[in-house]
Amino acid sequence: MLRPRIIPCLLVRNKGLVKTVKFGDGKYVGDPINAVRIFNEKKVDELIVLDIDATPHGSEPDYGMIKKLAAECRMPFCYGGGVSNADQAKKIIGLGVEKVALSAAAVAEPDIITEIARELGSQSVIVVLDVKKKRLGRSYEIWTHNGGRNSGRCPVEFAKLLEQCGVGEIVVNSISNDGVMQGYDLDILKQIRDAVSVPMTALGGAGSISDMRALLKELGVIGAAAGSLFVFKGAYKAVLINYPSEAERESLYAL
Amino acid sequence: MIGIIDYGVGNVLAFANMYKRMNVPHDVITSEADLTDIERIILPGVGSFDYAMRKLNESGLRNSLDQFVLEDKKPVLGICVGMQMLAESSDEGKLPGLGWVPGSVRKFSPDDAATPIRLPHMGWNNLSTSRDTRLLHELNEDSWFYYLHSYYFVCLDSANELASCNYGIRFSCAINNENIYGVQFHPEKSHEYGAKLLKNFAEI
Repeated sequence: MLRPRIIPCLLVRNKGLVKTVKFGDGKYVGDPINAVRIFNEKKVDELIVLDIDATPHGSEPDYGMIKKLAAECRMPFCYGGGVSNADQAKKIIGLGVEKVALSAAAVAEPDIITEIARELGSQSVIVVLDVKKKRLGRSYEIWTHNGGRNSGRCPVEFAKLLEQCGVGEIVVNSISNDGVMQGYDLDILKQIRDAVSVPMTALGGAGSISDMRALLKELGVIGAAAGSLFVFKGAYKAVLINYPSEAERESLYAL
Repeated sequence: MIGIIDYGVGNVLAFANMYKRMNVPHDVITSEADLTDIERIILPGVGSFDYAMRKLNESGLRNSLDQFVLEDKKPVLGICVGMQMLAESSDEGKLPGLGWVPGSVRKFSPDDAATPIRLPHMGWNNLSTSRDTRLLHELNEDSWFYYLHSYYFVCLDSANELASCNYGIRFSCAINNENIYGVQFHPEKSHEYGAKLLKNFAEI
């Protein structure tokens, strides 16, 4: 039986790890390689690392860093940040990364996903959708460039298009819930889950294991990703890399 | 000495790191000359079937690999697409496979699945052994492995199946034909269970 995946998501800025709140206020939380080593020991299901500077700065992915991280990761590794074409994706997969994530480039030009999926197979290409509810009404829009640009696209319709393009997984990241630690945005997650039949991962909002429980109960076997939950401890958000124990995870798998 | 075939496809470093931690002698193989002193090989693979086959065909290693596996009968372990390449053909591509294990590679079909499935099959799943083998020594239904694929191996001879996995349908997740082995999951990314399997392979 396939288990849900419990996935730490780390954000890289200036070669260090940061954790944001609603995509702003990046707080320094440590060194990427150190974090990977700790997550290795904790035997995490999977790891996502997103370089949040690359696209807004218009820079190439930092291949040196990716190679080091991939060599260190004993768990499946997904990298995103600054990937805008198939050659870059191929190069990253060649460095020992299992999955390469695109965001702004895929939103602007979904055909890139078709091209990458044809060469590398669907299983290796992921799209991260940063979503936010419109100021008025109940519908959502996809934003890019760290929440700096509104694409105006509807995430549900766009997810269907991505599925046609051969995307292997869709990571749905809630901008409003990012770093808030009060639970996932189940509404948009359910809408997208019902619209597509590719694997999905939820990101943004997890503040406790019970938030993950609520997510998995509502959405079934999907990826449950979190940033703050796995890098902070306690009410004052002291930096402490952590991951649920075997017993806690068993309780999530058994839902 | 274990040789990890580096033909530009698959996570060669991850295997090297696993064996390094276990103190198992290993080497990365990029040319025919590297195969001297190698007793067994790992054939990693990611990407699409044709992409991986094309890269292997262009590597200059094909003839010596055939010699190593088919004439010298030394153990080989194909991983993920590396396992699928052991087949004669794949629904995913047009190029012929290595044809080392009788069978073909098929795409998961949600229509055949007993329960709704999302594709690719992505994440941690267990296995059920079909017969006793050194490769799966001390591994069982409580052993969890990381899977990442949309296609699966269909053995022509069910005796070639070592273990099966369930994802809407039951499929062969570990296969064996004489000295040739393949696993659909990623042992190099499957923590202690993956390490156990790679250790077992080193002792075959």
